[in-house]
This record gives sequence, C-alpha cells and structure tokens, in this order.
Amino acid sequence: METPILEVEDLSIHYRGAPQPAVRNVSFTLGRERLGIVGESGSGKSTVGRALLKLLPTADITAKRLQFGETDLLNATEKQMLDIRGNRMSMILQDPKFSLNPIRRCGEQIAEAYLTHFRCSKREAKERALAMLEAVQIRDPHLVYNRYPHEVSGGMGQRIMIAMMLLAEPRLVIADEPTSALDVTVRLEVLKILDDLVREKGIGLIMISHDLNLVRNFCDRVLIMYAGRVVETLNAAELDRAQHPYTRGLLAAQPRIGGNRQPLPVLDRRPEWSQPMEGTA
Amino acid sequence: MRNPRWLSAALNQASTILVTLLGLLVLTFVIGRIMPVDPVRAIVGEEATREVYENVYHQLGLDKPMWEQFLFYLRDVATLDFGTSLRTGQPVLDDILHVLPATIELATFAILIGAGIGIPLGVLAAVKKDRWQDHAIRVFSLMGHSMPIFWTGMIGLLVFYAALGWVGGAGRMSQFYIGLVPDRTGFLLIDSALAGEWEVFRSAVNHLILPASLLGYSSSAYITRMTRSFMLDQINQEYVTTARVKGLSERKTIWSHAFGNIKVQLVTIVALAYGALLEGAVLIETVFAWPGFGQYLTSTLRMGDMNALMTCVLLVGVIFIALNLLSDLLYRVFDPRTR
Ligand SMILES: Nc1ncnc2c1ncn2[C@@H]1O[C@H](COP(=O)(O)OP(=O)(O)OP(=O)(O)O)[C@@H](O)[C@H]1O
Ligand SMILES: [Mg+2]
Repeated sequence: METPILEVEDLSIHYRGAPQPAVRNVSFTLGRERLGIVGESGSGKSTVGRALLKLLPTADITAKRLQFGETDLLNATEKQMLDIRGNRMSMILQDPKFSLNPIRRCGEQIAEAYLTHFRCSKREAKERALAMLEAVQIRDPHLVYNRYPHEVSGGMGQRIMIAMMLLAEPRLVIADEPTSALDVTVRLEVLKILDDLVREKGIGLIMISHDLNLVRNFCDRVLIMYAGRVVETLNAAELDRAQHPYTRGLLAAQPRIGGNRQPLPVLDRRPEWSQPMEGTA
Repeated sequence: MRNPRWLSAALNQASTILVTLLGLLVLTFVIGRIMPVDPVRAIVGEEATREVYENVYHQLGLDKPMWEQFLFYLRDVATLDFGTSLRTGQPVLDDILHVLPATIELATFAILIGAGIGIPLGVLAAVKKDRWQDHAIRVFSLMGHSMPIFWTGMIGLLVFYAALGWVGGAGRMSQFYIGLVPDRTGFLLIDSALAGEWEVFRSAVNHLILPASLLGYSSSAYITRMTRSFMLDQINQEYVTTARVKGLSERKTIWSHAFGNIKVQLVTIVALAYGALLEGAVLIETVFAWPGFGQYLTSTLRMGDMNALMTCVLLVGVIFIALNLLSDLLYRVFDPRTR
C-alpha cells in the first residue's frame, strides 16, 4: 500500500473557555483519495479542517498522531506551517463573497499564492495564475484576472478560489462546504471542476459537507461525524449498508429525485451516540 | 469615458456641499445678530452722540429687514469681503491669512505624528488583543487622552527646553531670527527653505517639534482606539483566513490584506482629527506663544469682535466641509466598490 498523505489518530480539539471539546478522538487515514466528512451543523467538521492547517489560535489541539507526509503537524513550528499552508496543504472556504479580499484584484490574489511559495518574477506568477484560471474553465482569464471580487458571480468566485488553492499543486486540499453558498445551478459545475483537477493532479481531497448525496457522488470514503465524534466510516459505494442509526437517519432524511413524495423523516438524535462506540476505542 | 454613475455622484456631492454651506452661512449670520455686543457702539465708542450712532446704524444696514441683511451678508462673503476686525483694525481676511499658516504648519506636523503613532499602535493592539501589548497601548493612549495639554505643554517646555535644551522654546523661531526671511507663503518652513536660510529652518523645526509632538500624542489616542476597533472587525473576516491558508506570514496577512480594508475608515477619522487640530489648538498655542488661528479665535471671542468671529466660525465650517470632501474622494481611491 502506498504511504498515506495524512494520518490522524485520536485528534481532540478544545476551544479555550468552551465547556467541552468541539472534537473528540477523531482518527482517520487519507491516501490519494477523496474523503468526505459529513455531519450536522456544529458537529465539528470545520474545526477538524482548520486544525489540520493549525489555524485555530484559540483552541488546544491534542492527538496521538498527526502526520502529514514527513511532517509531524502536532509539533510543527509556525515557520514550518507557513511552508505547508498554501503549498502542500490548502483549503477552499465556503463563500467567495467573504473569502476573497474585496479590495484586491482577483488575479493578484491568485498570483500571490504562487509568489509566496516560489521564487519567481511577478510576471511569471501572473502567467501561472492565468493558466490556472483557464484550468478552472474561465473563458476569458485576462478579463477575470483584473476584476475585483464584487464584480464576479458566486460560481466564478469559487472557481477563482479553487485556482488560488490548487495553483501550488498541494498534496491535500480541504474543501469546507465549497458549494453551499452557490446557486444550485452552478454547484455541480464547480464541483466537477474541482473533482477533475484533484484527480488529474493526484491531490488528496477532504470534502466537508452537510449533503450526503453530494459526498456520495464525489468521494471515495465518508466519515460521519456527530457531536465532535466520528460515528461511522464507510466507502461511499456502501453508504446504503450503514450500520449506525445516526447515519441511517441521515440517509433517510435525504431528498431523492424520483423518490416518493412523503414528508422527509425528522432526524433522530440520542445522547449515547456522542459517547465512544462499544468495541472501538 | 463618461460614467453617468460617477457624474451623478459628483452632482449629489456638490448639492450637499451647497446646502451645508448655506446652513453654515445662516449660522454665522445668526451668531452675528445674537451676540451680546452692540456693533454700532463698538465702532462709534461709548461717548458718541445719538446722531452719530443713528448714522452708523443706518450705514451698517441694521434698519433693514433681516432677510435683506442676510442677502447683503451673502454678497459680502461671495466677494470675500469679511469686514474689518474691531480689535486690530485690519481686514479680517488679512488677519486670518496671517495667522492660519502657523496653525496649519503645527496641525499638519501634529497629525503626521499622531497618525504615525496611532495607526501602528492600533493595529498592534488589535493583533495582540487582550495580551499585555494591548493593555500597555491602552494605558499609553489613555494617558495621551486624559492629560491636559496645557499641563503637558508646560512640563514639556520645562524638561526639553529649559532643562535639557533639546528643543526651542516659545514662538515659531528664536527671537533672533524674526523678520529675517521674507513672508511669502506664511509657512515658515517653506519660506525659510525658499530663502535658503537653513539656520532659520532649523530653528523653526526646533520650535515646532515639541508642540507638534504633544498635540500629535493627544490626537493619537483617538486614532489608536479607532484603528484597533476597525482592525478587530477585519481580523475575523474570512478573507483574512484565506490569506493565512495561502501561507502568508502574520505580518503580511495583517498589513497587506486586513490593513488595506481599513484605509477608507482611517482616512475619515484622521481627517476629522486634523480638522479638530486646526480649530482646537488654542491651549497649546497659548502655552507656546504660537501666533496661530487658535489664539486669534480666543482674542476674538474675548473682545466680542463680531466680524472676525463670524469669519472664524465660517472658516472652521469650510475646513470641515473640505476635509469631508477630501475623504470622500480618497474613498474612491481606496475602495474599488465605490468606483
Ligand atoms: N472559534 C471558536 N471558538 C469557540 N467555539 C467554537 C469556535 N468555532 C467553532 N466553535 C464550536 O465548535 C463546535 C464545532 O463547530 P464547527 O464550526 O467545527 O462545526 P461544523 O460541523 O463545521 O458546523 P457547520 O456545518 O455549521 O459549519 C460548535 O459547537 C461551535 O460552536
Ligand atoms: Mg463548518
């Protein structure tokens, strides 16, 4: 088996001042694959993503192991992290309306990602950025390069974000609900672009989402989180064979095209699911 | 290229300015009418006969209806005729043009120092929120805010002038140099440089540095506090996270991303602070015997010098309108969304 990109063992994250940890004993291993993390709001998905980039200044992170390639993230210095972020691991944020700097041209923001990690001229960085804009299927890269974020649509903004985060060809990309702020009509298009690029370049992907259907179609494996814990890990193809009652509830609560038109069932929640599962731990 | 949106914004702006200006003129006119000073008596003196009094009363147009008097006033202002100062006997305009450069020089240096201290400290305080740096900066700027300026002025003179001799004392330059350079612009630094009198220039800087620093320190308190709060708003924005995710250092994240987004707001508050310095440097001008606008305004008030007072109020208003206009223009430079 090839060496994994990321190994996480017993990751716990506690925001200082919070009564209890936001994430408890999360473990998973990621190869060159697309891993989905699904769970309801507040279950700790984004917290896991940001902890991997060590972008949680107000939280205490503990783990048995947090290995990213040859780097031990747990003990990495800020200087090492600066080299990792945007270069070997990057993250696509939810809403391009807020995640792009409103007063800088879109293209400059993309080029900056390259300039930060590679010794090169501004000109070369610009060419890279333009090529990347083309790679995310923007028809007129020069035009978009010079636009300000408020002058582009949400779908365009998210392509710009993808271009920015994939420009340095990282080993791992975390996409934190990359399409939930977009119009339904462009969601699939944007996801397809991300998916194609990730596969083509052999980048590992962690896709955080509420949407089980979406994750089922775009990921190889799925982690189901509930109240800061992973309750179940499944291959995307085997989702229907989920054992855990929470996962089964989530599945039943997904709308299906062509399904019957009865009201969707209300999701059941039990306090014991936030305890460690029997047989594990 | 003609941009209709730009044009309508400019028209909008122009009409706002006109209305404000008119309001301001009404205000100064009313001030002139309700001041407890009899303008006729001020001219003819206590001893004048009733006949002379009536005569001047008529000449001044005080027997005309109010609206007519106001129109006369508008006409005078439009032709830059602000009347004669009762105190100095000179045209008010000449008086003010004579004292204003001294104040502008002082206020400009003060705001450069104030913004130069206040902005970096405000950014640092925001970045280090609730850490010791934040607390230290809060104490430092609270001191600047709460120490009375005439007191710091006197202590400053005692320490840095009398005891240490590092800076010049009262006035704009040493007595020795007064009258040495021709008065071309009224700005001593410019005039002395134009005349090539570098000794005078140095003396002027020496005299300027202490009052400007003290004023700057006191206005930095406000600038620091506002910068901190503007910055705190930005630091939690998602685009700042994006910058960090890209691998930018903390310094770059703060200065080349977050800071750019507070420039617009900073321009406004720095312009306001500058306006306040232009009109409000009275105390420091008194302590430092600085022959500026603040001192002129005080004597005007004390003597009930009506023409001069009306003009001073008008000027302060115009300065604020101009600074507002300037900050609106800079908005367009700093924020692409307003273009
Ligand atoms: N900066 C923070 N300080 C304190 N608590 C936080 C902070 N950020 C998140 N939390 C808490 O941590 C828990 C997990 O939040 P997180 O944002 O990771 O959830 P999520 O699964 O991403 O939810 P969503 O689907 O709404 O994005 C929540 O209870 C949240 O209130
Ligand atoms: Mg989230």
